[in-house]
Amino acid sequence: MKVTEALRVAFQALVANRLRSLLTTLGVVIGVLAVVLLVAIGQGARDEITSTIEGLGSNLLFAVPGSGDFTEAPSRARFTLDDVERVERAVGDRDRVAAYLVSGETVRASGQRTSGTVFGVSDSFTAVVTREVDRGQRLTSSDIVTARRVALVGASVADSLFPGEDPIGQTVTIAGLRFRVGGTLEPVGGSVFGPDRDEQVLIPITAAQRLFGTDRVDAIFVRSTSTGTIADDARILEQALAQRIDPSEFSILTQEDLIGAIGRVLELMTLVLAAIAGISLLVGGVGVSNIMLVSVSERTREIGLRKALGARTRDITLQFLLEAVALTGVGGLVGVGLGIGLAELVDRVAPIPAIVTGWSIALAIGVSLAVGVFFGVWPARRAGRLDPVTALRHE
Amino acid sequence: MTPPLVEVIDAHRTYELGRDVTVPALRGVSFEVAADDHLAIVGTSGSGKTTLLNLMGALDRPTAGEVRFAGRDIRDLSGSELAELRNRRIGFVFQSFHLLPRMTALDNVILPLVYRPGSRRDRRERAMRALASVGLADRMDHRPNELSGGQQQRVAIARALVTRPDLILADEPTGNLDTTTGDDVMGLLEELRRDRGTALVVITHDRRLAARAARRIELEDGVIIAEHASSAAGR
Repeated sequence: MKVTEALRVAFQALVANRLRSLLTTLGVVIGVLAVVLLVAIGQGARDEITSTIEGLGSNLLFAVPGSGDFTEAPSRARFTLDDVERVERAVGDRDRVAAYLVSGETVRASGQRTSGTVFGVSDSFTAVVTREVDRGQRLTSSDIVTARRVALVGASVADSLFPGEDPIGQTVTIAGLRFRVGGTLEPVGGSVFGPDRDEQVLIPITAAQRLFGTDRVDAIFVRSTSTGTIADDARILEQALAQRIDPSEFSILTQEDLIGAIGRVLELMTLVLAAIAGISLLVGGVGVSNIMLVSVSERTREIGLRKALGARTRDITLQFLLEAVALTGVGGLVGVGLGIGLAELVDRVAPIPAIVTGWSIALAIGVSLAVGVFFGVWPARRAGRLDPVTALRHE
Repeated sequence: MTPPLVEVIDAHRTYELGRDVTVPALRGVSFEVAADDHLAIVGTSGSGKTTLLNLMGALDRPTAGEVRFAGRDIRDLSGSELAELRNRRIGFVFQSFHLLPRMTALDNVILPLVYRPGSRRDRRERAMRALASVGLADRMDHRPNELSGGQQQRVAIARALVTRPDLILADEPTGNLDTTTGDDVMGLLEELRRDRGTALVVITHDRRLAARAARRIELEDGVIIAEHASSAAGR
């Protein structure tokens, strides 16, 4: 029997049991849909974070304590303002070096409150990471030297603390201390993953150290003048820091490194999501196997008849195998369609970005066909091996 | 010399129902079917006649003895070869018609042709001719449940004929039909046998039906107890 003929027979049988086929397929549809949708969300997260890091401007170098790999335990080494000064001297251009210290705090103003990420930053910070000051003034070196209690607030913070008012010159309270709002930061749009950059509050790093009772610096940035000098600047940065700190206790990362490191974490997350979705696909496969066994036993007489009329064992096996594969294949296609549709919906309606990837579609369809073969083989072989005499007499 | 179409030589068939429980259904049966024979195998329920039909139809193999089809011992044939033999040389007509309810009359007749090479168009044409030859040219698109019992059995006969078999095996072909319709169906089978030179073996417990055949074999408890030539139906 030709494969096309067997396929036709398989589809006829599926259509004859519409409701049952539909319900069985549903299991596969949900599994495939879950794979496509969850992988799309994982991919969306990666793209979002990548673009956030790239949004810091190009040619940036970061020095952070520890290995720089987010999958490992943090190091206990700390940078201080002395290290920052040493880097500034080594680089020879204060405007290309920035540093920050970060802490999540509640920020209050005249009865309103909002939670924000408070960054203690050097005066060059806004220039180095390309944050534009919307209104008011950037921090100056004298703000840093005198640890002046002045703050640049992100757009969201300004909106929630001073709705409909001019925030410049107003007072905000951070961790019990009052700061004057010296300027607002240009909105850059929120990010679902990681802190919202519009919820940032920038204060002089010296003021932050005093506020939080620490002398640490969380990260030092260097902006290279061109892509070609990144490697040189990395060496300068490393040598300057190595004068005080063991090189194994800190790491120098480029933007690519950072994207790669976060990417690996998110990739793992995506794989875990895909695996969980894969389990539901397997459960769908068990349903297919079950319904195929029912189908074989219901059609025992048909199998007997077909054998009497000249069907070979392999013709019958092929017919039932194709029936199983048709069930999961159709389920796979519908699942992919719904998955793409839902991902689109999530992307539009929810704050989570979702990007459907080609490999997840190929994987989902491939796996659903494989599930059909895997779970269809046993019932199909059972059908093929039926003895025609017994099968014909079956009631 | 061409061998007879079917030779049954001291055939035994024993069924094993469980450990140490065996039921002998055939206990040494021998006869021949010639290429244009019209043979009736008569016996009561349990006489072994269905078992014999299964052997002649290459659906089953004897536990001892031989069943030869056109000179070839069916025990030497693989499962696929038996399937091919059934497909090319044997047409079955069953008591309960065995039509697939989902399919139209035409698709039911096409069914055996699906298991051999050929284009879909060619199959359709052959099936349409076969249906026309049993007088159902106007019922091709009907499903079995839209046809009377006699019409259903005619569809089954068309299905048996469409492959141009050498042997038609009819197992109680009129068992589910009233007398008049049964006679019509038998008349059709006999007419087609004459026209096409096909051998026809009818298995029945109905002596009236058996009397229409040229030869009659009576089975009882798995052995042949009598063999008659009849004058009621001409060759």
